[in-house]
Amino acid sequence: MLNDSSQSPPSPDRRWLIAFAWVWVGVPLAYGLYELVRKATQLFTG
Amino acid sequence: MSPPVAPPGWSRWLVPPAALSVHLSIGQAYAWSVFKPPLESALGLSGTQSALPFQLGIVMLGLSAAFGGTLVERKGPRWAMTVALVCFSSGFLLSALGASLEQYWLIVLGYGFVGGIGLGIGYISPVSTLIKWFPDRPGMATGIAIMGFGGGALIASPWSAQMLESFGSGSSGIALAFLVHGLSYAVFMLLGVLLVRVPRDAPGARGTARQAPTGPQVSANQALRTPQFWLLWIVLCMNVTAGIGILEKAAPMITDFFADTSTPVSVTAAAGFVALLSAANMAGRIGWSSTSDLIGRKNIYRVYLGVGALMYALIALFGDSSKPLFVLCALVILSFYGGGFATIPAYLKDLFGTYQVGAIHGRLLTAWSTAGVLGPLIVNWIADRQEEAGRHGASLYGLSFVIMIGLLVVGFVANELVRPVAPRHHVPAPKEAAHVERQQSESA
Repeated sequence: MLNDSSQSPPSPDRRWLIAFAWVWVGVPLAYGLYELVRKATQLFTG
Repeated sequence: MSPPVAPPGWSRWLVPPAALSVHLSIGQAYAWSVFKPPLESALGLSGTQSALPFQLGIVMLGLSAAFGGTLVERKGPRWAMTVALVCFSSGFLLSALGASLEQYWLIVLGYGFVGGIGLGIGYISPVSTLIKWFPDRPGMATGIAIMGFGGGALIASPWSAQMLESFGSGSSGIALAFLVHGLSYAVFMLLGVLLVRVPRDAPGARGTARQAPTGPQVSANQALRTPQFWLLWIVLCMNVTAGIGILEKAAPMITDFFADTSTPVSVTAAAGFVALLSAANMAGRIGWSSTSDLIGRKNIYRVYLGVGALMYALIALFGDSSKPLFVLCALVILSFYGGGFATIPAYLKDLFGTYQVGAIHGRLLTAWSTAGVLGPLIVNWIADRQEEAGRHGASLYGLSFVIMIGLLVVGFVANELVRPVAPRHHVPAPKEAAHVERQQSESA
């Protein structure tokens, strides 16, 4: 069910929007992962 | 509110972050334990009482996903995300009021009941839309969203803890933390509401030339009458029970396993083990679910259930003799647990089509609620009985592991029995439907 809206390349404006949207969700997720890695290393050091 | 149709040139890569903004938020539910100790000391609650908002929230998640699924399909993802935003944030705001007035029932009502509706509607809100945008990679698409639910707790857990440290863990500090949570999540989830779009040719998209979906299409009500739905219900329930069996008691389990060895596990190391399990759970959601697009849904569940049983057998037989083996097997089991959650929407799409896949997924989540009770019950009850019988160390869990292997085998057999849905359950294609209607009116 792929459609024209997904097949045509996004306009430059939309590229910025895509980047913004991924940063919006990526930054908190990266923070969560950083905290997780910090905690997980305790298995080997604790 | 009609489903928002994508304008020409809209990218489907805007839909996963929309879904993630909702799932990363509602995934906070698994970090509720951060609020338990401060609530207990500030309001004089027992451990059982302080768990009530979370438990009610999970019950409401299952109920609202099961009963709200059809409405979500009809009203579209933007409506569903708006409802999720309003309910989830209001839940926190009501809880803030409850904490400041020291009225605990308001916290249970707010976070548990109102917020729980937000959890259920939010969980299923992007599933159907993602599958329609990514018909070529449905496993990957739903894997991204459902990975977000696992990631939500990773973000909320340290964030909430830091907030309580700054504001204080008295009732006013907790109230302020709830208030900040409610407002922050409202802003964060707004991205999803604003960005989500249904594809132009999706069923129900207005003002566009509707394209008939290909493959079998089964309605949510009809799906309940098929053996395939109930077989998948068993598959999900068994897989989740097996994962929760480890997750529920991970920290005491690793400590008990190596208590009598030359390398006992400290409390700090056990906390690290729990964190590592969360990482495996999350990685499994995106990794295994994406793999299912390549090797097929039935095969990936063969791996989850078959290899999962093998991992449990390895832990039971050799787990206490090798820490790396114990950790590795537990990580694989938890990655299958996450993978099982994330792959099920794509499996449903393969069997029942995209027509009402969100609603069917919502109903199938009752298997999660059942497993949420079953898994901890089996492991805790058996460990308690073994302890009473004077056993200790790894032998506390031996019987639980045998039961888990049995459950995984049951799931494996259920998966083997899954066949394509019989055509009599399919929704008639538009031309066929008109023919059936004509025949019915002639015979009346």
